[in-house]
Amino acid sequence: MKTSKLTEKRIKEYLAEGKRFDGRKPGEFREISIETGVSKKAEGSARVKIGKTEVIVGIKLDVSEPYPDSPDKGKLIVTSELLPLSSPRFESGPPKFPAIELARLIDRAIRESKFIEFEKLCIKEGEKVWAVFIDIYSINDDGNLIDAAGIGTLVALKTARLPKYDEKNEKVLYEESSNKKMPLSKEIPIIVTTHKIGDNILVDPTLEEEDISEVRITIGGTIDGTIFSIQKGNPKEISIKNIYKILDFDEKIRKKVFLNIENNLFKKD
Amino acid sequence: MTKEFKRSDGRKPDEIRAMEAKVGVVPNANGSAMFSFGDTIAIAAVYGPKKMHPQHQQDPEKGTLRCKYSMLSFSVSERIRPGPNRRSTEISKITEWALEPVLMIKKYPNMAIDVHINILQANASTRCAGINAAALALAHAGIPMKDIVSSISIGKIDKQLVVDLNKDEEDWEEGEGSTDIPITMTSGGEITHIQLDGRITSKELKEVIELARKVMKEIYEVQKKALKDSVREIK
Repeated sequence: MKTSKLTEKRIKEYLAEGKRFDGRKPGEFREISIETGVSKKAEGSARVKIGKTEVIVGIKLDVSEPYPDSPDKGKLIVTSELLPLSSPRFESGPPKFPAIELARLIDRAIRESKFIEFEKLCIKEGEKVWAVFIDIYSINDDGNLIDAAGIGTLVALKTARLPKYDEKNEKVLYEESSNKKMPLSKEIPIIVTTHKIGDNILVDPTLEEEDISEVRITIGGTIDGTIFSIQKGNPKEISIKNIYKILDFDEKIRKKVFLNIENNLFKKD
Repeated sequence: MTKEFKRSDGRKPDEIRAMEAKVGVVPNANGSAMFSFGDTIAIAAVYGPKKMHPQHQQDPEKGTLRCKYSMLSFSVSERIRPGPNRRSTEISKITEWALEPVLMIKKYPNMAIDVHINILQANASTRCAGINAAALALAHAGIPMKDIVSSISIGKIDKQLVVDLNKDEEDWEEGEGSTDIPITMTSGGEITHIQLDGRITSKELKEVIELARKVMKEIYEVQKKALKDSVREIK
């Protein structure tokens, strides 16, 4: 069931006073928890929970032919599936728009940031390169799957190890890790989605809040203000002034999310 | 080593390719239009408002705008397999979001308005040409609108801001590479669509939006003229 008119009205009344039902401020995320290595068979994997929202991201690698226009670079293929087990709203069958969009949003932030150093994933120019598959699955949808998937992708990539490749027999030896890390650059693309409801902007909506979002702006960028990808969602217009406000707001939140990921994960390294 | 960026077709940075717009290009449709930026040509046709099928998708509060963007197989160098793909599915939805804010869609509960957009020939900026054609087709169909929307791609090629990217510019890799920012605005300057792919600072992005606002007027004038011309013909 979508958010009722009555609830919508109350959410807006709360927001007008800078409040939310769960006591958070507009710029505050729910508690983020990150777990790595959730699937031993994956080259890298992560489970991310933001409040009750949960996603699993897995990285698989395979050797394949490069694209003709980049013969010396690895490939990136991002897919997402909104599992029927994760919400009564999701049905089985071919992927619908929300799943397609989720994958494309993550794909573009990762690709445009050049976070994965694809030139280091070339095995033999023009013939063999590593293909990096990032697969995103929703486990429980309580809003903000996009940002959860973004965090999950970063963490899964960070922990990924390349399998060994037997060049003679042209076989990937998945059971033997080479202990080689995924080649990653220092510019980390953090994905944060800002929503506008009435005159208020907020991040990390619950499903209830997400339902009534009027404008959704997803930005993939670094903590020092470089932007790699943007997408506006939802059928409402937004003024130039408010877009500027969101650009500044989103950047601040990206910093917070980055610190959160660091605290959650990199100290365990 | 790095090549200096120069527009391959000799345009000034803020110069849009020659635009053409015409309404009524598909007689069967309730409204239709073509819009082109140079070699990029889009046609759009509107069918509806009509009863929404399947019935369970009917919205008793407002009509439903359904857009389908599709490139003809031969519109690009390497043939595209006909039928929807992930890119076209996304552009279709983005187009709905770009257009719906100006439609008075509350007047059509339980109804659907279908907009079909086809790209005949592509030299980048196809989604923008498609949105421009679709906005015209909706107006031509007589669907009440608060305003019209106009769409353009702004690019940052290396360090230079340019308007209305062509394919050579979209594929530019030297220096800071190519950043493509398609934007759609109402004539009143409200943003109904923005996307970005590339690398840019938020300061530069603000300049991009200002530039879009400035040149958008030219597109609006072309659209307005096409609509006015169609009325004259009827007389």
